[in-house]
Amino acid sequence: MAEQREFICVTCPVGCSIEALVEGQELIEMRGQACGRGEHFVQEELTDPRRMLTTTVRVRGGTLPLVPVRSSAPLPQHLLMEVARALRQVELEAPVQEHQVVLENVFDTQVDIVTSRPLNAA
Amino acid sequence: MYDVIIVGAGVVGAHIARTLARYQLDILLLDKASDVGEGTTKANTAIVHAGYDAKPGSNKARFNLAGNAMFDTVCRELDVEFDRCGSYVVGVSEEARATLEDLYRRGLENGTPGLELISGEEMRRREPGLTEDTVGALYAATGGIVDPFALCYAAAENAVANGVELRLETEVQGFIWEGDAIVGVETNRGPFRSRWVVIAAGLWVDDLMHEAGLEGFTITPRKGEYFVLDREAKTAVQNVLFPCPTPVSKGILVTPTIHGNVMLGPTAEDIEDKENLSTTAAGLNEVMTGALRLMPQLDARWIIRSFTGLRAAGSTGDFLIEIPDEVQGLLVLAGIESPGLTASPAIAEHVAAMLGEAGLPLVERPDFNPIRHGTPRFSLLSREEQEALIAQDPRYGRIVCRCETVTEAEIVAACHAPIPARTYDAMKRRTRIGTGRCQGAFDTPLVLEIMAREYGVSPLELTQKGGASHMVVRRTKEVAE
Amino acid sequence: MKQLACDVLVIGSGPAGLAAAWEAKQQGAERVMLLERNDELGGILPQCIHNGFGVREFGDDLTGPEYAYRWIAKAHEARLEILSETMVLDVGRDRRVVASSRDHGLVEITPRALVLAMGCRERPRGALAIPGSRPAGIYSAGTAQRLVNMEGYMPGRRFVILGSGDIGMIMARRLTLEGAEVVAMLEILPYISGLRRNLVQCIRDFDIPLELCTTVAEVRGRDRVESVVVSGVDEQWRPLPGTDREIACDTLLLSVGLIPENELSRMAGVAIDPVTGGPYVDESFCTNVPGIFAAGNVVHVYDLVDDVSENARIAGRSAGRYVTQGAPPEDGSVRLLAGTNVRHVVPHTVHLSRLEQEAVVLNLRVRQPIEEPVRVEVRAGDEALVSRRYRYARPSEMIALTLPSALASRLAAYDAVNIDVIS
Repeated sequence: MAEQREFICVTCPVGCSIEALVEGQELIEMRGQACGRGEHFVQEELTDPRRMLTTTVRVRGGTLPLVPVRSSAPLPQHLLMEVARALRQVELEAPVQEHQVVLENVFDTQVDIVTSRPLNAA
Repeated sequence: MYDVIIVGAGVVGAHIARTLARYQLDILLLDKASDVGEGTTKANTAIVHAGYDAKPGSNKARFNLAGNAMFDTVCRELDVEFDRCGSYVVGVSEEARATLEDLYRRGLENGTPGLELISGEEMRRREPGLTEDTVGALYAATGGIVDPFALCYAAAENAVANGVELRLETEVQGFIWEGDAIVGVETNRGPFRSRWVVIAAGLWVDDLMHEAGLEGFTITPRKGEYFVLDREAKTAVQNVLFPCPTPVSKGILVTPTIHGNVMLGPTAEDIEDKENLSTTAAGLNEVMTGALRLMPQLDARWIIRSFTGLRAAGSTGDFLIEIPDEVQGLLVLAGIESPGLTASPAIAEHVAAMLGEAGLPLVERPDFNPIRHGTPRFSLLSREEQEALIAQDPRYGRIVCRCETVTEAEIVAACHAPIPARTYDAMKRRTRIGTGRCQGAFDTPLVLEIMAREYGVSPLELTQKGGASHMVVRRTKEVAE
Repeated sequence: MKQLACDVLVIGSGPAGLAAAWEAKQQGAERVMLLERNDELGGILPQCIHNGFGVREFGDDLTGPEYAYRWIAKAHEARLEILSETMVLDVGRDRRVVASSRDHGLVEITPRALVLAMGCRERPRGALAIPGSRPAGIYSAGTAQRLVNMEGYMPGRRFVILGSGDIGMIMARRLTLEGAEVVAMLEILPYISGLRRNLVQCIRDFDIPLELCTTVAEVRGRDRVESVVVSGVDEQWRPLPGTDREIACDTLLLSVGLIPENELSRMAGVAIDPVTGGPYVDESFCTNVPGIFAAGNVVHVYDLVDDVSENARIAGRSAGRYVTQGAPPEDGSVRLLAGTNVRHVVPHTVHLSRLEQEAVVLNLRVRQPIEEPVRVEVRAGDEALVSRRYRYARPSEMIALTLPSALASRLAAYDAVNIDVIS
């Protein structure tokens, strides 16, 4: 049976409120999105919700004890906690480059975890 | 074996320690808290009272007047900021005129110098923000403002510099007796023996008196809640302003602080718990309402902090300073509530004289040095002095607290001072970090880092105020799963 | 004291300072100097490790550090002169700046134009006067963010967050990812105060309980926070009797609003709007003091970093022009007043001759949310000079309205116009 659902698009900071008519995983119609990415977002929310992951990993010998990292693309939402947990075990060696790969193809998702800033050795 | 053990390193205990340090005596100053001045000293109205309101003939009147007269010298010797700015009691109703005249007469009887009754018009000329209802005021030229903690700290530091031994986190649990005589104290850190025990334990003095077998006297913690306002409020408040007292309270004051803020308060509520330093919605509301009665244009948006202080209100209504007949070797100071801060240096002189009369030999030490130099406070210096300091120690160039302009060098100095700042709050009281409008939001991580470095410990070990008040609880990545 | 001279001096190297300095240089100002109190540039960005930055500015979804490094690269390319680990102590009406640093001691810098880009600070507990005890474990969300993301320490294990500002929501997710428990987020208003996307991806995604119309009525605990008493509130935000509930926690984070940082502005004699907490500015972001401009969150707190950079560019451009072309002629201007359901409008005034040359974008915030189509209007008396429809109006989302150049001639008839938001 079709149902009316409300989504807040997280693709960009505008955060459009989208009203969608959906049946199971199928999107029937929608309104409220300010751009084309809204439709893609709702489609994905219905079948395979994804989010960016941003966290930190430890660095040995750096000017800071941690370096921020990010996923190179959105990850399946249900994996966020697990990837964050795996990253607690990682320790890099300073100096660190920006966009240095920390974990490649994490949990077979085709997504990498990369650093989001350089960090000098102390 | 000490000559004198002083129990309680508040402003009274610290002054006694410093005063006795003039003589060839072995002195131990004890406090159960992690810092000096952690009781009533750190949280009160910070006023040096002129002495017009105490009951003529009382200890309060006597020591208020004597203490007030000593402040210029004591603060100069100890390098403590003090502003003898005068104070006002402001009447805002017709009935208040009679009260002001009563206070004036009582002040004359007490010998308070520099009192003057002034008209409402004149008062509003001196303090334009006062309510239009102002009918008159009592001006007391000898009133002033001071930082009570700074005074306590400086006296304690000067005492330590002159040979007094200070032990913090040392709680007296009982006395060591020989017959009828007290010859020391039992503490959580073991026993300490002495010829005399002086108890200046503020809120806890009655417990110790009972422990010594002295019944009858009780302390009631009287809660006072306060607001501290941003420096911006200083534009609206020039003077120390008391409302007319009522039979129950001195009322809610509006006063500048020595550091350039404005303080409102206190309430006066008798409670039971000597550790209940919480503020309440009703209390804070009373503070603001009371303050607005004097200064209707005060802006609640200026509030940067609220706090509670507990006064040690004694059951006799007066200071009790005595060597009780029942017990030998014990000197008791009890019920030292307002004007205890003002009275403290004079009380200390009196205590020394009492001990001398009771047989303690008071032989002056030739090397006693009453002068203490505090760490230079960068924010108060001229540009030339600031430059010279940075040239000497570049850490004076690094500002760690932006609101109060406190430098790294000042924090480092407080870590290595004779009485080190072991906790964040201790650091705050010494250097003013985190007391400004951002209330530590900016400096906290930096100060933790500096203190950890200077003490050679992990930030995980640092506390806000001793005990289990840790500021951070684990490293980010170390999770117990 | 060491004396330095430059054309444009920018105080603060966050997103506003970087954009303003870079833009001033583009305008032909030769010596552009950037002062930063931290050891690296970027202001607060290095600790904002989440993404959502740069979508408009760079067409990319960047994290805070990445956004900062893009700008830092531009700053180096443009050969901006940078003084880091330098704190400004004083600013005079004559733009004379005194700053302090470990390496250089005190320096005095007299620029031909000055840009204030100090950003904003968080509202502390004291400002809320939350009753209760004063234990360890009460932090502003931004302080916790720095501790967790940069210093590597967790301020607690079990958190209650008061306020639903963006930093608070971002930290709710961050703390959860780092193995802490966020047991509640409380908001005194009937709606969240941060961005809606953060409600989804930081709060709902992690099943964090959000309670609206609720506040902390009391903090309990002696050494460390042991619990908070939370309470529903009435329309005047007063706790409602009988709605109290105690929540065990060891930390209370505050995310209850940001205040423009204007201590230095005040020293310089810059007049401050009590509503925004920032300087009164014209369309060029010039303050009441000639040659002193304000950029970014110093003016009023923006929703997004991209907005900060974009508006700061205007301030930087104006400062650059001020030194290359001299002060613009003082001519007719019109004041923009916050009207129906508008809390504030920036800029406060618009010079008509400059509007003639270039459209001006107004930024405004509404007082009350309207969850239906609204009209944003520039009105003079009964006449609507501009009227534009928006899908809704929310206090948490700044509204931008463009005044076209063509409007200049019509505005000439008025001293002031109202900006209204009506359904």
